[in-house]
Amino acid sequence: MSKRRETLKDPEQEVRVFRNRSMLAVVLVLLMSVGLVARLFYLQVVQHEVFITRSDKNRVRVEPLPPNRGLLMDRNGQLLAENRPTYNLTIVPERVDDLDATLNLLVDILDLPDTDVATLKKRSRQRQRPYQPALLLSELNEEQIAQLAVNRYRLSGIEVEAQLLRYYPDADLMSHVLGYVGRINAEEVKTLDKGNYAGTHFIGKTGVEREYEDVLHGQAGLRKVETNARGRVLRELGRTDPVPGQNITLTIDKELQQLGYELLDGRRGSIVAIEPASGEILAMVSSPGFDANLFVTGISHKDYQGLRNNPDLPLYNRAIRGQYPPASTIKPFEALAGLENGIITPNTTIYDPGFYKLPEHSRRYHNWLRWGHGRVNMRRAIVVSNDTYFYNLSHELGIERLAEFMHRFGFGEETSHDVHGAASGVMPSDEWKRARYGQVWFPGETLSVGIGQGYWLSTPLQLATATAVLANRGNWIAPHLARRIGDEPLTLPETKQNIELANDEWWDLVNKAMEDVMTGSEGTGRRSGQDLAYRMAGKSGTAQVFTLANDERYDAAELEERLHDHALFVAFAPIEKPEIAVAVIVENAGGGSSNAGPLARKMLDAWILREDKAELPDEPSDASEEV
Amino acid sequence: MALQESLLPNRGSAIKRRRSLWFRIHLDPWLLGLLFLLLLSGLLILYSASGQRLPVVTAQVTRLGVAIVTMLVLAQLSPGALYRWALPLYLAGFLMLVAVEVMGDVGMGAQRWLVIPGVVRFQPSELMKLAMPMMVAAYLHRRPLPPRIRDILVCALIIGAPIMLIARQPDLGTSLLVACAAIFVLLLAGLSWRLIAFLGALAAAALPLLWLNMHAYQRQRVLTFLNPESDPLGAGWNIIQSTTAIGSGGMQGKGWTLGTQSQLEFLPERHTDFIIAVLGEEFGLIGMVLILALYLLIVIRGLVIANSAQDTFGRLVAGSITLTFFIYVFVNIGMVSGILPVVGVPLPLVSYGGTSSVTLLAGFGILMSIQSHRRLLAR
Repeated sequence: MSKRRETLKDPEQEVRVFRNRSMLAVVLVLLMSVGLVARLFYLQVVQHEVFITRSDKNRVRVEPLPPNRGLLMDRNGQLLAENRPTYNLTIVPERVDDLDATLNLLVDILDLPDTDVATLKKRSRQRQRPYQPALLLSELNEEQIAQLAVNRYRLSGIEVEAQLLRYYPDADLMSHVLGYVGRINAEEVKTLDKGNYAGTHFIGKTGVEREYEDVLHGQAGLRKVETNARGRVLRELGRTDPVPGQNITLTIDKELQQLGYELLDGRRGSIVAIEPASGEILAMVSSPGFDANLFVTGISHKDYQGLRNNPDLPLYNRAIRGQYPPASTIKPFEALAGLENGIITPNTTIYDPGFYKLPEHSRRYHNWLRWGHGRVNMRRAIVVSNDTYFYNLSHELGIERLAEFMHRFGFGEETSHDVHGAASGVMPSDEWKRARYGQVWFPGETLSVGIGQGYWLSTPLQLATATAVLANRGNWIAPHLARRIGDEPLTLPETKQNIELANDEWWDLVNKAMEDVMTGSEGTGRRSGQDLAYRMAGKSGTAQVFTLANDERYDAAELEERLHDHALFVAFAPIEKPEIAVAVIVENAGGGSSNAGPLARKMLDAWILREDKAELPDEPSDASEEV
Repeated sequence: MALQESLLPNRGSAIKRRRSLWFRIHLDPWLLGLLFLLLLSGLLILYSASGQRLPVVTAQVTRLGVAIVTMLVLAQLSPGALYRWALPLYLAGFLMLVAVEVMGDVGMGAQRWLVIPGVVRFQPSELMKLAMPMMVAAYLHRRPLPPRIRDILVCALIIGAPIMLIARQPDLGTSLLVACAAIFVLLLAGLSWRLIAFLGALAAAALPLLWLNMHAYQRQRVLTFLNPESDPLGAGWNIIQSTTAIGSGGMQGKGWTLGTQSQLEFLPERHTDFIIAVLGEEFGLIGMVLILALYLLIVIRGLVIANSAQDTFGRLVAGSITLTFFIYVFVNIGMVSGILPVVGVPLPLVSYGGTSSVTLLAGFGILMSIQSHRRLLAR
């Protein structure tokens, strides 16, 4: 410090200035501190309620607890639809350092040739709030889980999560009956009870799964949890347990269903079997089947196209949506219509020259046997399946009376109690034709309907139902699939009126004629009726797919397979106390008696002659005692 | 004013006897006591803020140990030695800043660290926090005060060059705080009010220019500060969660280690920059006022020391260090409570982290040196 500079400095003044400035600083420091305290007072005292609420909302989350879906069992308690634990891969993108690298690594280690990073990236964004896990992949296999465990340290933000997934053990033969569950889509979200479905990913799409969705789903529970900022649950503050969905015991007998499926052996067709006394559907086969498990987590485009483009239409439920001409299988019903309306008596005969002509018309309506059956009465007309007799009968009956009577048996109506998506078929009439085509009814069309052809269409379920009502001597019980819901036996509402005939013996006459179909020397089904251990009633039918021009003859060898006739057969047994009624349709198989009859016989044999034929209890014995 | 009295430099004859002991070990008992009280409070909060992880606390204790030793060592040096060290330190710091600019290590997206492999990772900007006010004070020490225009221009050069380098790293927060430390020296030296007004106007005019030169994330911080709700899950998350933490603490707080915001990890950077929110949540307004009072006592004690310093260099350095210390406190609490934009400024001596504690306690070491070497200088 040189002398010259010292003289220039004025220590006294310096100290004074410094003191002033630092006093000013103290004032400013105090003012700023007061400012901070004021801010803190505002936050901690004035706004305290707001922030305490916000901090509680932060940490407390209400989580839905989805109920376990009810199981589906066959009438003997065999599991048809179950819930299997599977493993899903989820991601919390907030916890991932490098999303692209992580996803690339996943594709690499999990061996996912079909999935690209872009898809995964898209899925990682599909969620409602930050720090919520997004579903990347479902149904990981053992090897993938192992790979994930090994590489865990490289995969921050990736979690494996357990989830119950619907599984159908016998999917091929059961898919059409059970339907399947699938992911809830945008359309369904609109109509759902959002609270109850908050934690549910799957919903019944078709079949029993759809029909009994309410029962199977159950009641969602919820729990209040404290979470940290990453959404990880730290503890539970309270909970309401979910009420699991109820198990449903179906009327289906898995063994019989399986037999039906095997009998059809991949051919296009359907077999429906009903227990007449109860209306319980024992088997409801549609062939070919498909694997409903594919649909549960979302079917791949490739698989779906495969099913869609299959010419045999495996996704098509023939048993309830396939509408076929019932053909000659309706002749017993028509005979009853004739008797009830006084058109015929059991002894009325006609002479069949091999064709029928409407009065004042020249067109010939041919009997299937070109040279005719000669003189036929009602019984013989059913046994040999004479067409001419029923041309005559239907002409005299007229379409209105015919249609009215057939409606009593459920033709042209959807009569089931709980079969989702069942079609109603077509029972044509003058009125129907005007509405449908805007045309009047021609008398010749009545003749076609008279032999179960023309506009008349029915589903295999309808045919089986009508046969069951016939076996029941007119007692109506709606066909249904649920036998017991939870522990309660199903209660059926009265749906249709029982059929009362003027003379009760007519039932026996028709049933006897149907027995003769199986056992009579002329019976069309006699080859399927050999060595019967019980009394069986049956009726064959052969439905034309391809309309022949007048006088043209049907030659199977010349026609494409798809134009071959459908083979039909209805049957029930034993006649005294019917245990089963069955309808069989095999598409494009040819004549009904030789192609569908044997299948019907095997179904009846299997059911009536089964070994464990003890009566099933209607009430679960254990449960009712405990309550 | 009883408080003021007791904090005033030792004048009475009764104190003279005690003075000799503290003077011999060159420490200031008031400052030392207050600092230890603050450090202990800080460790208490840190234990809770770290999620009750003792290793974090012991790690911090180790770092504070280093910092305290640094403080004690610096307190032994005479202000004269510090005065002589001002220029070499400043030059060394400046050269290291240049080195960072050329070959610095990139950490957390910014170039702030200088690494001598295997030896040390060092932030030259930390050194500048002390070297800068020392350099400016040393320069003004030999000049007549209040400073004349020529001296102010020289000071502007001394201040400006390193500030530019730090801002380029980019570390806007630190560069502003370092500039602050230097400007405090000028203000305490008696910078004329007209000049202050002029420079203030100049700074205001420069703001748009600053905005244009900001990085995107820096602009985002300012925008988020202006409206945190605009991006509640992104940039606004921090400030919403910290105000929620403080606000939900209320008057008495939720209790030590019982803050849900902090313990459940809603609060980001809860043991570093946002640690004061943990205190606010768990100890309420009472805790906040107490810790603020502790800071204020330290600041007042620092200014008392500055006023009793016997030369220009000591006065200016002590005053600047003290006021800068307060600015850290104000900026941090202001940011966490949502009245200032988010800048990466830790809460002095409470936030987890070693470097800033070393710098701060080194500063207090200088204060103690100035306080306890007075007689020797007063010849």
